[in-house]
Amino acid sequence: MTVAMEKPPTPEPPQPQDAVPEAAVPVAAVRRVSRRMVVGAILVVWLVLFAVLRGTHTLTLAAADLTDLHRWLNDVNDSIGANRNSNPLFLYFFNEIRLVIDTLVTFVQHLISQPSDSRPLPQIGWLGVVGIAGFVSWAVGNWRVALLTVAGFTFFGLQGLWQESMDTLALTLSAVFVALLFAIPLGVWAGLSDRVHRIMTPFLDFMQTMPTFVYLAPLTLFFLIGGASATIATVIYAAPPAIRITAHAIRSVPETTVEAADSLGATRWQSLLKVLLPMSKRTVVMGVNQTIMAALAMVTIAALIDAPGLGKTVIQALQSLDVGTAFNAGLAIVVMAIVLDRVTTAASVREEAARRSGGRLLARRRQLVVAGAAVTAVLVYLSHTYVWAAEFPGEGSVGSSVASGADTASTWVQDHLSGLTNTFRDALTNGLLNPFQTLLTDSPWWLVGAVLVGLGVVLGGWRSGVTTAVCVGLLVATGVWSDSMTTLASTLVATVMTMLLAVVVGVWMGRSPLADRLVRPTLDAAQVMPPFVYLVPFLALFGATRFTAIVAAIVYAAPVAMKIIADGIRNVPATTVEAATSAGCNTWQIITKVQLPMARGALTLATNQGLIYVLSMVVVGGLVGAGALGYDVVAGFSQGQLYGKGLAAGLAIVLLGVMFDRITQAAARRTSA
Amino acid sequence: MARQATKWRAGAVGTAVLALTLTACGGAKVGDDSSGSDTSSSGSAGSSGKCGTFNLAVNPWVGYEANAAVVAYVAEQDLGCKVTKKDLKEEIAWQGFGTGEVDAVIENWGHDDLKKKYITDQKTAVDAGATGNEGLIGWYVPPWLAKAHPDITDWNNLDKYAAKFKTSESGGKGQLLDGDPSFVTNDEALVKNLKLDFKVVYAGSETALIQAFRKAEKNKEWVIGYFYEPQWFMAEVPLVKVKLPEYKAGCDADAEKVACDYPVYKLDKIVSAKFAKSGSPAYDLVKNFTWTNDDQNTVAKYIAVDKMTPEAAAKKWVDANRTKVDAWIK
Repeated sequence: MTVAMEKPPTPEPPQPQDAVPEAAVPVAAVRRVSRRMVVGAILVVWLVLFAVLRGTHTLTLAAADLTDLHRWLNDVNDSIGANRNSNPLFLYFFNEIRLVIDTLVTFVQHLISQPSDSRPLPQIGWLGVVGIAGFVSWAVGNWRVALLTVAGFTFFGLQGLWQESMDTLALTLSAVFVALLFAIPLGVWAGLSDRVHRIMTPFLDFMQTMPTFVYLAPLTLFFLIGGASATIATVIYAAPPAIRITAHAIRSVPETTVEAADSLGATRWQSLLKVLLPMSKRTVVMGVNQTIMAALAMVTIAALIDAPGLGKTVIQALQSLDVGTAFNAGLAIVVMAIVLDRVTTAASVREEAARRSGGRLLARRRQLVVAGAAVTAVLVYLSHTYVWAAEFPGEGSVGSSVASGADTASTWVQDHLSGLTNTFRDALTNGLLNPFQTLLTDSPWWLVGAVLVGLGVVLGGWRSGVTTAVCVGLLVATGVWSDSMTTLASTLVATVMTMLLAVVVGVWMGRSPLADRLVRPTLDAAQVMPPFVYLVPFLALFGATRFTAIVAAIVYAAPVAMKIIADGIRNVPATTVEAATSAGCNTWQIITKVQLPMARGALTLATNQGLIYVLSMVVVGGLVGAGALGYDVVAGFSQGQLYGKGLAAGLAIVLLGVMFDRITQAAARRTSA
Repeated sequence: MARQATKWRAGAVGTAVLALTLTACGGAKVGDDSSGSDTSSSGSAGSSGKCGTFNLAVNPWVGYEANAAVVAYVAEQDLGCKVTKKDLKEEIAWQGFGTGEVDAVIENWGHDDLKKKYITDQKTAVDAGATGNEGLIGWYVPPWLAKAHPDITDWNNLDKYAAKFKTSESGGKGQLLDGDPSFVTNDEALVKNLKLDFKVVYAGSETALIQAFRKAEKNKEWVIGYFYEPQWFMAEVPLVKVKLPEYKAGCDADAEKVACDYPVYKLDKIVSAKFAKSGSPAYDLVKNFTWTNDDQNTVAKYIAVDKMTPEAAAKKWVDANRTKVDAWIK
């Protein structure tokens, strides 16, 4: 979901005990060795006890079985549905929200994508939209991204997906608008107050890791089917990055600057408006960028509740396993994501440049903007009035050749590679995944719980130990412990493979700017291409297995990890590398002895993000044979009597995510200390 | 500086004027060509007031889409309705009866739980009769397998071949591939109660199931799994049903103890209570709509295999079967 992620989406909170590290430095080496030994000891004890206690207290639950909690959740859901029309909360609260958002979405749709009452076409045709998009990109960014925008938008038309793309754009823009309306004030608040920040963080974690499938059906109960529900689902998922990054931006304004303002007699409001906000503008724009990317990641899922746009094309094509058509629509989503990403990135860089260069160019620029606006206005007028400028000409022949190309490629891969891939799959499944999964699912739950808490304490300290203990307790309470362990096994295997891949490619990208430039667009594409598109060829290659789910997770998670590692490698001071070279180190030694150790912070952050991204693919994994939590969630979405269980499984995914996020973050803070 | 600015401004105005003059002499205006593009929405403007908007849920499988395409086509062309198709999963579509967002579900597979919730308890939906299609659910094998080992189509012989069905997922037993989470399955209970040496593996989606069968037929692999018909995929690979102990009324009453085949589902139509009382001609159409499995397969094949749009597929079938259509709207 995050293209070009230079900034971590979960900025680490500032360390509370800044004074400690200096004293701890001499002991650090000793402690690290002993820590490794403790981890080893825990694992050995686990294995021994596993051999003795295997198969007891495993808390297994068959696919159709429910616990009391699941039944209770079902009842709650049913009673909401039954009382919908008489409940004042609905009549005066949810319905009003729905009305406002629906009006907004419909307004934007009538503007660019859907015909309004008397007009057979939207108010602004393709020429006008291309003109506006190009002009805005140029005005907030530069002429290069403006060209990219014009090319990208024209490409939608050539693909034969103009209207679908505009529907998606309308929905994305509305959702991003609503999200930012809440996210930026909340982010500023969380940036100013530590307490608000602490209270908000768990909610944000929850919003980001709770699988959308879980709340999609209830949302339509609250906000009815259509644009409003789709927008709200998107807002829930897309707002957290903006809140987090805004808070982070406010927090990273140097304290001295704020103090200087204070000593000049600025009030709280003044220092917020004149110092904090302007100084954090660049990072806040990055937050907007992340929100847009997250919103685009929801396009296909929102299509399941009748959200119009490209997502619908993808889902419909897959009903008949039409990979080509699905790929064509997926490609449009990728292009839109890349365009929006580059434009917002350019905008954030420009903030900086504009501040530095200042005055002289400004006057001339103003003239240019006026001229550009005039041209754009003409284009909009034309596209409003004339059919040729309103309806994209042509049959979208580029689209059909993209589709048939993708079909051919996917057939070729299926025909020629499946023998190879099967061997690899079986080796990995039997050699690594199965034993590991057995260890997790067949151990008594309290043993696994104790091991997790122990690892939490050793790696992350007492506080993360407590968090782990709470998470383990709640996992047991959800009633899907055994499924959670199955999912955990696949998740960890996927994360290990993601990291192996990410280190190799990340180091390569970090060391060679050319490689970076070549690989990066592919990474962007892998992150925003809806997984539904590549699931069909993957299924053909690996069958409906846990391995397919693991591969899909790697495709989605590795790009983020690669980008973070490449960034870390690049940030190793050039002088250090030169010193090592002149000391006679060869390339291998430089990488293993200098660059990787010095990029340790980036490596732990990459692991953290890799894990979270892998977890966010659990549900997609459930669609291709991973079973366990992912399947529970999907089944809960499809079958009324399994709704409660699906919700519980969704909670379990959140709990796994929170647990690992806290452990890895605490561990990262320790290693960097 | 000032002079430069004036130049720019002049340039902009110039471009604008040029653009305007260029276009002034050519190009149709939006709204002028009402004859061309909107025949479907106001084909018979006179009657559209009577029918109004008809909200048709479209559940995500091709067979359903075939039903919906034909009903929508007839409603628009013959009754002058404004049909709004909504792509929804079953659960959400039924939920829509209560909120007034959905008028009709045009192919329903059983779903006794939903019937109880929305028809009996909430009274927001009513039954609108059978579609004429018969739905089969069961265990299927690819045709090559049924040909090479004809005795495999009887459940009694399945254990003999269990080892052949082993995969990396099935933990040493034969794999029974279950799939679409939208359907209730008794397969775990069946495997247990028939004492078969198989393990149910959840593929998780129809896509995964179809891909598994397609690959199995092509590479002559051993696959047995849960499937159903009518289904467009049967036209591509005619899967063969495995005989399970015969279904008798009530033999599936206790989910834990099921040891018999799935019943034959009479697929039916469900409409919202409000829609049934509205007097809309679209309701009569939905109520009268029936056709055969072959009819549905034909339209589904147009959509899935020949890649026609639902509208084009519907038109092709309606043009060829006018008498059937007339019986629905008389």
